[in-house]
Amino acid sequence: MKTRRSLIYALFCGILVVLPVFLNAYWVDVLNNVGLYGILALSLNVILGYAGMFHMGHAAFYAIGAYTTAILNTAYHIPVLWLMPLSGLVAGFFALIVARPIIHLRGDYLLIVTIGMVEIVRIALINNVFGITGGANGIFGIARPEIFGFQIRRPHEFFYLIWAFMAVTIYLFYRLENSRFGRALTYLREDDVAAEGSGINTAHYKLAAFVIGAFWAGMVGTLYAAKMTIIAPESFNFWESVVMFMIVLLGGSGSIPGVILGAFLVVGLPEIFREFATARMLIFGAAMVAMMIFRTEGILPPQPRKYPPVGELLTGEAKP
Amino acid sequence: MEQFFQQLTNGLAVGGIYALIALGYTMVYGVLKLINFAHGDLFTIGAYLGLTLLTTMGLADRLGPLGAVLLLAVMVMGLVGVIGALLERIAYRPLRESPRLSAVVSALGASIFFQNTVMLIYGARFRVYPHDILPKVAVNIFGLQIPLIRILMLLTSVLLMVALYLFIQRTKIGTAIRAAAIDQGAARLMGIDVDKVIMIVFLIGPSLGGAAGLMVGLYYGQINFTMGWIYGLKAFTAAILGGIGNIPGAMVGGILLGVIEALGAAYISIAWKDAIAFCVLILILIVRPTGLLGERVAEKV
Amino acid sequence: MSLLQLDKVTKTFGGLKAVDNVSYTVESGSIVGLIGPNGAGKTTIFNLITGNYRPNQGDIRFEERSVVKLPTHQIVALGIARTFQTIRLFQKLSALENVLAGCHCRMRAGALAAMARLPFQRREERKALELAMAELRFVGLGQQADQMAANLSYGNQRLLEIARALATQPRLIILDEPAGGMNDQETAALVGLIRNIRARGVTVLLIEHDMSLVMKVCEQIVVVEYGSKIAEGDPAAIKQNPRVIEAYLGTDEE
Repeated sequence: MKTRRSLIYALFCGILVVLPVFLNAYWVDVLNNVGLYGILALSLNVILGYAGMFHMGHAAFYAIGAYTTAILNTAYHIPVLWLMPLSGLVAGFFALIVARPIIHLRGDYLLIVTIGMVEIVRIALINNVFGITGGANGIFGIARPEIFGFQIRRPHEFFYLIWAFMAVTIYLFYRLENSRFGRALTYLREDDVAAEGSGINTAHYKLAAFVIGAFWAGMVGTLYAAKMTIIAPESFNFWESVVMFMIVLLGGSGSIPGVILGAFLVVGLPEIFREFATARMLIFGAAMVAMMIFRTEGILPPQPRKYPPVGELLTGEAKP
Repeated sequence: MEQFFQQLTNGLAVGGIYALIALGYTMVYGVLKLINFAHGDLFTIGAYLGLTLLTTMGLADRLGPLGAVLLLAVMVMGLVGVIGALLERIAYRPLRESPRLSAVVSALGASIFFQNTVMLIYGARFRVYPHDILPKVAVNIFGLQIPLIRILMLLTSVLLMVALYLFIQRTKIGTAIRAAAIDQGAARLMGIDVDKVIMIVFLIGPSLGGAAGLMVGLYYGQINFTMGWIYGLKAFTAAILGGIGNIPGAMVGGILLGVIEALGAAYISIAWKDAIAFCVLILILIVRPTGLLGERVAEKV
Repeated sequence: MSLLQLDKVTKTFGGLKAVDNVSYTVESGSIVGLIGPNGAGKTTIFNLITGNYRPNQGDIRFEERSVVKLPTHQIVALGIARTFQTIRLFQKLSALENVLAGCHCRMRAGALAAMARLPFQRREERKALELAMAELRFVGLGQQADQMAANLSYGNQRLLEIARALATQPRLIILDEPAGGMNDQETAALVGLIRNIRARGVTVLLIEHDMSLVMKVCEQIVVVEYGSKIAEGDPAAIKQNPRVIEAYLGTDEE
């Protein structure tokens, strides 16, 4: 079973690597969007999937990352790729400040507050807070990414940049999932009283989940800003959060392959069925309702973690 | 000073609208412990249905302003109530036993569905209500010229709220609703048909929201398919402010929020008007999540 | 040396005094039982010790250090572990993963170490797995390590909770009705397990309704009724204490 899955993944990666050669610019750009939303959804997955916190304000972190890059690049001409970690840090820091007072709120209340947060951020951006966000028109003239002098401009080039970042993300998040940290998030999701009672600092881990998720979303913001060269507040509204939320929920909350599948479905399918594009949100809505009624876990729910077989573990004495 | 009272009355009128919508949230939360995200969109549907009925049936010509509005209100409230009950049946009842998040997500899905249905049918641009339905006179109160329509709106809201309050407190069904809100299981054991009670809640709550939608259409003159989102969130803030699940609380919260918002927009900044509601919401949830009139409930470990 | 000290602890919920001026001491290396009729406040006392509630008055000291202001996870790190009256396992996770939760507080690796798979992180993970397996074997669930917690029998679930608590390497373990739902065979095995826990150097404090278990395994018994301590002593003395008998059986109607 495990080898069959690995085979499928390997095949998928192989196809993806050569795909841009066969597709025109339009479809490559679709894949770019799938990639961006996929990484965003993976970052949301840390908060929503692993830690189980109802978070519908993820677009705010994305926005802050994008705007950090946009502002610093247009004002100081710092190369865009250098700004990636910095944007992530700014977004992560924002998450730290904002999440700290709300982390203890119960499920649906937390949901509402995160919605309020993303709207406040959007309104602040539109109102040109601190005079640097460019108001409703946003910021334009963001530079393209450059690697060793090679400028990334065309969709095909962005494809490899974005999906390389996706690969790194998957690699690191997979390790995170299967570690003490990842387990802590699972425990507090399943029963936070039991987790706290077992010695886990639940407040700390909830906050850490938010910060890590925000950090990653901030970095995606950089890529988005560099790709579009123009950003405006409207790209970061509540509905963007809904799309990310849907990807995680539909694909499989807490499961990396599930989330990626979700990205393909939610972003890719409407492109394939262009006639239905206007009714896309309508179908989303109905799909959300149906998913909850018929398959709450999503299409590809997470597999249980694997540990070395019981017999392999050496006998240890229970120490006092 | 004059400006203050103008804004105050404006805030009261808008607050009445918030209160009506908030009642829908609070009643549903009371019996199902669910935040009905689709409620704001039911309010929107009320506004659009009102528009359609008004323009297609030419009521204003036949019955005169007061009659038209009354009949319109009854029709809109009835229709939206039915839609609300259907919503419950399709999207929420199958999830009664499921974890909370499922129902919340289903509610969001229903909200998206409704909103986009309205958009597809009526288009994305603003739609305009006929201007000349209600007389545009101003009434002289204590030397101030206050638009009649504002007073009518506030009066209507208050009337509906009082009616609801009496219904909940004095009738048998109202008592059944209160019982189901406290403990569904116990209510069932006492012979209360909880399914029916919930259906009634979904008839009343949305119908009040629909009435609010109609009023917004008449007061502001234009409606848009996204208005449910912003009104819904503000009304939800009002419900939380008053204490979610608490009916008088929703009324108080709504009026209070309307006034805070109007005065804030006038004296602080109009650009941040919408943000005021969000800030109030976040503050309340952090500082006093049970709201002004709500009770603290301890959780047993 | 007194390991745990409750000093005039009082806890009120609204108008109800759930715990009223309770004081007692648990000596290191002992097995102490806390008994009393239903609603006497026993679990509340446990929740006060573990930091789930904060007392309105009084102090609780563990190894001479006051713990009343500490968050629960810190109290666990200091060395007090607990099981819950209503079983609170991670039902959808395996028995092994449940016990690993207990190992958490004795490990160090964070998110960055995990992503980088640093050597110390890998060593730590291996050691944690070994420890978890050892605890499972200690309570007798070695064969069920891969079983989902929800699939275990009720009695085994209680044992699993004990294993998880032991994985935190506590100095004091608080068991809240460990024999709840167990049959006679399992209860008898539990007596042995509690003695083995003490033999490891872990002090045991337990709430129980099963009197035969309490009388057999506890060296010291504290009795509470309506939130107040009404008696304290060894099993023989408690058995004959008229106040205790009255609390459990009531008095004759004249």
